[in-house]
Amino acid sequence: MKIVALAGSIVGSKTKTAMLKTVEILKQKYPQHEVTLIDLAEYTVEFSDGRSYFEYEGDTKYVTETIMAADAMIIGTPTFQASIPATLKNIFDLLPVNAFRDKVVSSIVTAGTAKHYLMVEQQLKPILAYMKAHIVPTYVFIEEKDFLRKEIVNDDILFRLERLVEDTVLTVEAFEAIRRKKDEEYDF
Amino acid sequence: MENYRIDPSKGMEFGLYSLGDHMPNPLTGERISAQQRINELIEASKLAEQAGIDVFGVGESHQTYFTTQAHTVVLGAIAQATSKIKITSSATVLSVSDPVRVYEDFSTIDLISDGRAEIVAGRGSRVGAYQLLGVDLQDYEEIFEEKLELLKKLNEEEYVTWQGEFRAPLKNANILPQPKNGSLPIWRAVGGLPASAIKAGVMGIPMMLTTLGGPASNFKPSVDAYREAAEQSGYDPKTLPIATTSLFYVAETTKEALQGMYPHINGGFLAIRGGGYPKQQFAQAPDTRDALMVGSTQQIIEKMLFQYELYDMQRFMAQIDFGGVPFEKIMKNIEIIGNDIIPAIKKYTAK
Repeated sequence: MKIVALAGSIVGSKTKTAMLKTVEILKQKYPQHEVTLIDLAEYTVEFSDGRSYFEYEGDTKYVTETIMAADAMIIGTPTFQASIPATLKNIFDLLPVNAFRDKVVSSIVTAGTAKHYLMVEQQLKPILAYMKAHIVPTYVFIEEKDFLRKEIVNDDILFRLERLVEDTVLTVEAFEAIRRKKDEEYDF
Repeated sequence: MENYRIDPSKGMEFGLYSLGDHMPNPLTGERISAQQRINELIEASKLAEQAGIDVFGVGESHQTYFTTQAHTVVLGAIAQATSKIKITSSATVLSVSDPVRVYEDFSTIDLISDGRAEIVAGRGSRVGAYQLLGVDLQDYEEIFEEKLELLKKLNEEEYVTWQGEFRAPLKNANILPQPKNGSLPIWRAVGGLPASAIKAGVMGIPMMLTTLGGPASNFKPSVDAYREAAEQSGYDPKTLPIATTSLFYVAETTKEALQGMYPHINGGFLAIRGGGYPKQQFAQAPDTRDALMVGSTQQIIEKMLFQYELYDMQRFMAQIDFGGVPFEKIMKNIEIIGNDIIPAIKKYTAK
């Protein structure tokens, strides 16, 4: 199973910290799976201009092709102006329609205050649904006060991250089983 | 309809078209040479003519996995190799060419073929041509509208005076050679959505509409919008032909058809779109109501008649070679189309 952990912002530390922790849990619980962390801060990604994703070059091609090859993606996003950052939206814009068909996508969101706790429901999930993702229903919402000097200090968050990781992997397995069963019905 | 060389009393026309895609056969992983691919297209046009197919089209795409970038040259060879079948582009990416050169080329093909050439002008759904040929994608919409208007004018007037934004002006220009009977059928390629269909209607130009899959009823709004826009712009929709196009694979049984087509449609979509064709959706495709033309002979006939009732189109164009389909499968499809499908369709649709 190929899992991509995507840190969707090019600034700040909270989302990156949460994603590093998530990757650590993934590697510890599921050493057999291939985990790739993509921190957008480390890449120079072009704005979407209408090309197919594989026609770009350099970082843009690497990032989009790595996502397209994955079975699951865990998206980490901060909250900017009551929504996801433009850098993350650009990744979605670079990908084709139905890009997340047969992929599982789960979310981790960081925010300055609890006022943003529905941002994922209102902003991110509709995009993922449109792109045909199997969305893991629960997500982990992490506030400013849950971090201290680039560490997560709230045990509840750590437990929830563990559960999110498990749910993501199990959801991939569940949908693989469904797809296998459907495909067995077809003789082409 | 006569302007467009279509005689509805003979029933709906059946055509074949190719994008000239050049992909490995997914079953063997092997890819034939570009030379063989082009020669097989010319060979297929001869077989199509012998099978009683009305039209043969070749399109252009300027990027990896394609081989008929110089589609007018291939169409010229087909003009020479055949004697009855109509010859069209499918489509000509007009935005990246000079309409004058396009008109000169197709008029020449019309003379070589003794009055069988047509143009289908489109914007192209792949952007490779724009980069390669130096056309700014920012002008995607406007450049096409302007060039199509000019192409239409070249077709209607013997001496043309014209001025626009994307090409040097023409002063009383006489475009030579002229087509055999003074004009060519010029169609607009429409990608499925009503917005582009409306533009075709406003211009009073025949429409070739892609209906690549999903429920056929999804494309009905585009057909209606086209006719409504034509009428509002002062054209009689009854004089404007509509063609629809779809991927096509027929076999003796449904199972054989699904098995024959799936590796190619899936591999082809993977190569040019970066995502395959979902099996669940493909399994629904033989249903009469689905636009994707895959199934047994009888299922295909029923699908075509269903669509004929729905759209009242004058022509159907089938793409039978997408995704590295080997030539023996192409020949088999042409054989079934000629022997069984065309007679049934003509019998029902001839007036």
